[in-house]
Amino acid sequence: MNGTPDPRRSAAWLRTQTPARIGIGRAGAGVPTAPLLDFQLAHALARDAVQQPMDCAALAQELAQALGSARALLLASAAADRATYLTRPDLGRRLDDPSRRLLEEADRQPCDAALVIVDGLSATATRSHAPALAEALTERLTGWRWAAPAIVTQGRVAIGDEIGALLRADMVLVLIGERPGLSSPDSLGAYLTWNPRVGRSDAQRNCVSNIRPPHGLSPAQAADKLAWLMTQARHRRLTGTALKDEHLLPASISSPPES
Amino acid sequence: MYRIDLGGTRHIFASLAALLAAASPLRSGDVLAGLAAGSNLQRVAARMVLADMPLADLLTDALVPYEADEVTRLILDGHNDDAFAPLAHLTVGEFREWLLADETDGAAILAASPGLTPEMVAAVSKLMRNQDLIAVAAKVEVVTRFHNTLGLKGHLAVRLQPNHPTDDPLGIAAAVLDGLLMGCGDAVIGINPASDSVDAACTLMHMLEQMRLAHAIPTQTCVLTHVTNTLIAIERGAPVDLVFQSIAGSEAANRSFGIDLSLLREGREAALSLGRGTVGDNVMYFETGQGSALSADAHHGVDQQTMEVRAYAVARAFSPLLVNTVVGFIGPEYLYDGKQIVRAGLEDHFCGKLMGLPMGCDVCYTNHAEADQDDMDTLLTLLGVAGVNFVMGVPGADDVMLGYQSTSFHDALYARTTLGLRPAPEFEAWLGAVGLLGDDGRLRQVAFDTAPRLLALPDTIR
Repeated sequence: MNGTPDPRRSAAWLRTQTPARIGIGRAGAGVPTAPLLDFQLAHALARDAVQQPMDCAALAQELAQALGSARALLLASAAADRATYLTRPDLGRRLDDPSRRLLEEADRQPCDAALVIVDGLSATATRSHAPALAEALTERLTGWRWAAPAIVTQGRVAIGDEIGALLRADMVLVLIGERPGLSSPDSLGAYLTWNPRVGRSDAQRNCVSNIRPPHGLSPAQAADKLAWLMTQARHRRLTGTALKDEHLLPASISSPPES
Repeated sequence: MYRIDLGGTRHIFASLAALLAAASPLRSGDVLAGLAAGSNLQRVAARMVLADMPLADLLTDALVPYEADEVTRLILDGHNDDAFAPLAHLTVGEFREWLLADETDGAAILAASPGLTPEMVAAVSKLMRNQDLIAVAAKVEVVTRFHNTLGLKGHLAVRLQPNHPTDDPLGIAAAVLDGLLMGCGDAVIGINPASDSVDAACTLMHMLEQMRLAHAIPTQTCVLTHVTNTLIAIERGAPVDLVFQSIAGSEAANRSFGIDLSLLREGREAALSLGRGTVGDNVMYFETGQGSALSADAHHGVDQQTMEVRAYAVARAFSPLLVNTVVGFIGPEYLYDGKQIVRAGLEDHFCGKLMGLPMGCDVCYTNHAEADQDDMDTLLTLLGVAGVNFVMGVPGADDVMLGYQSTSFHDALYARTTLGLRPAPEFEAWLGAVGLLGDDGRLRQVAFDTAPRLLALPDTIR
């Protein structure tokens, strides 16, 4: 229809503009066999990412190297296993009794921020990206007093509220494996909450999501955004929609989804 | 209080809400809320009590207090006694048989619809097998119009859902072209934006409008952003066909979405003031889903399926073009596996149609649910038989922005081909006019590589 074809309008070029599964052909109404199996492969990877247990000892070691700090506190939620975790979000938001006692008996000085690293729905994402992000962030926030980092299994975002309160932190930053998408089994989310207390709502948090190099944010990019948010939070003594509303932020910073 | 002796046990249900919850087929959300039946025996006991309950009792016993909840007030104040009169003498069990009876056609059901409350509709659904949900829903034809005609019997429309992780206009345009080649987009071309900014929404609204006008596509477009964003976009002169909003079944749950009924009224009036509809003026697009009230801690001790039907009472007050239950999106803590998702999808479609709504379904699941494509094939096929107004069309079933799996363009084509269902009539005529239909009326197989020649993108999209 158009005379001189614009290369930026060609089908080949359009294909590069979206990660969506476009132009895969068809066999009758069905999907051809190769893309059919591609889909099944992606689904299998995402399903396995959900079920994968987190190697907390290895993560603690990487974290100690990255931060040059004391070993992390190893904690667990009240959800005893993966099946319980998936159906009982309320249990994933609270610590189990031994973990709570561990924190109560720990050395707790008031601090600026607590870092809580959680398996969430993708331990793969947490293992892959959390140490690098923690390192990049602490480099940017010089002079901050941090609580000992915590590593939590079978946890949801809100478990950071209880941990942050017990660690007497002004704010808590939760790094958590996000729900795996078919094309993104290793996406990490970061949730910031000022004055953490049990019962905080999602509207009181700020979120940086899709931390997933090379397709999403790099740890350095995410650390830039988080350092800005954390500095603002400390200055204004709040997080949540009020913090978001007054600043024009990139699309990747938004209100957190239900968690 | 309700009681029955069954299986050597006395079963006691403290309230109507407890009875309805116990009568519900098992689902994880009701277990999470502590509302599910404690045993299979108790579930059947609840159904037996429910079957003998006069339908009229469901009108007098408000599950969520009238004084505290504007959705309850909407339901009770808007109840049509005349429409209810022919059914007023029935029990819930007899109502089920009336719905199934050969003599009861779709027109009779729609005539009774204004006399039905969500509680009555939810109650009867709990006594129905999947087969019943399909058979009754298939009788009911709910037709709506804006730039085309949706919901006619023998037709299945598709929402073209071209989402992109960064809202890139050309990336979105590529997915729109792919969907159009596959015959999708008659329900709406609707984008879930990654960004929640008004500027980004306006950019996408203009972009979809340019594509629609460039090829005179007889369909409507929508950017699924918050109603407050759409109101600002309308003020700024953006081309808004449909006003989108997620809704739920209680005032408190709606507040968690940042809306109330007056805001929805404002949104509808703003869209109507534009006068853009060419064949009708159904301007609202609502999305719902079981579990949303519970997740907002706004379910008032009511089971998630009943709360879902209360959301339909909100929807019917605004004459929507489309109502979409996004059935498997919420996750396994509300609908655990394929069986629960299939059941919920059929319930929502049936209940919505009884409430007089143009029901579609996002047949979908997440990667942490015990479900896969086979379950989606099952639900899609059953809904096609039940006469669902529309389903989703996502490239390759993989939504790369929202991170879940829905139905694909291929799935829609499968359902149309296998069940003999056709696109919306105006849209089907357009498919023929642009050369996408063969002489036999079937969709021609056109390679994506030829798409930009067949449907050139306007230069303004970049």
